Amino acid sequence: MDGETRVPICRDSDIILARQQGRALAAQLGFSSIDQTLIATAISEVARNILLYARQGEIILRPVSQSEKKGITVIARDEGPGIPDLTLALQNGYSTSNSLGLGLPGAKRLMDEFAIVSEVGKGTTVTMTKWTQ
Amino acid sequence: MRVPILRQGPYLIASIQAAVTDEDLLHLGQEVVERVGQYRSRGVILDVTVLDVMDSFAARTLRDLARAVRLRGAETVIVGIQPEVAFSMVRLGLSLEGVGTALDLEDGLALLDQHVRRRGKGGR
Repeated sequence: MDGETRVPICRDSDIILARQQGRALAAQLGFSSIDQTLIATAISEVARNILLYARQGEIILRPVSQSEKKGITVIARDEGPGIPDLTLALQNGYSTSNSLGLGLPGAKRLMDEFAIVSEVGKGTTVTMTKWTQ
Repeated sequence: MRVPILRQGPYLIASIQAAVTDEDLLHLGQEVVERVGQYRSRGVILDVTVLDVMDSFAARTLRDLARAVRLRGAETVIVGIQPEVAFSMVRLGLSLEGVGTALDLEDGLALLDQHVRRRGKGGR
């Protein structure tokens, strides 16, 4: 498997760069064009969350495999303020930034696996994976 | 890169590129709402044919744009949502409620024509 790609996120054009790179990797791994779009959209949501709440951070794109299955893992990491109530943040429509509040729950619905670790004052890491069918 | 806005008769047409940034989209909204008054436009077409990702921010920004345009007395139609983008919007739970959509530019212009005719007769 090829190595991982890191995309620093500190301005809104970085969101586009991250989702383009994510789409390219997904295409390489053999994802369908619908899945490529779902992955690129999920990356867009978590990258924007970094900008909105932490101002900067990074997206890591990693090819993964499990026996016969190939997949892509997307890690969105920041050292921002952290999320005090994760259950609330994963609820549809919840937002502290006047967005639609679909960012995290939306990304979760687009991917197969989704995990979030957050510590107030330390930062947030979202890890999500999608597998080829 | 700013989104160019073309004027065609009573309508404005904006073609949104794949690499449109959040700032470009917000700027487009202000620009379109201003030009509707400047040119006394009756309708706006937002062409998203080459847009490969419609995330929650883009959907909200385009919906807000359409609402503001309506408050200025014109109608907005979004055209060219790609099949993959449509699936991903459904999965995300995004809707463009209240905003007209059409398959392509031609259908979008026809939809605006219908709307303008209806308004001309006093109905909505």
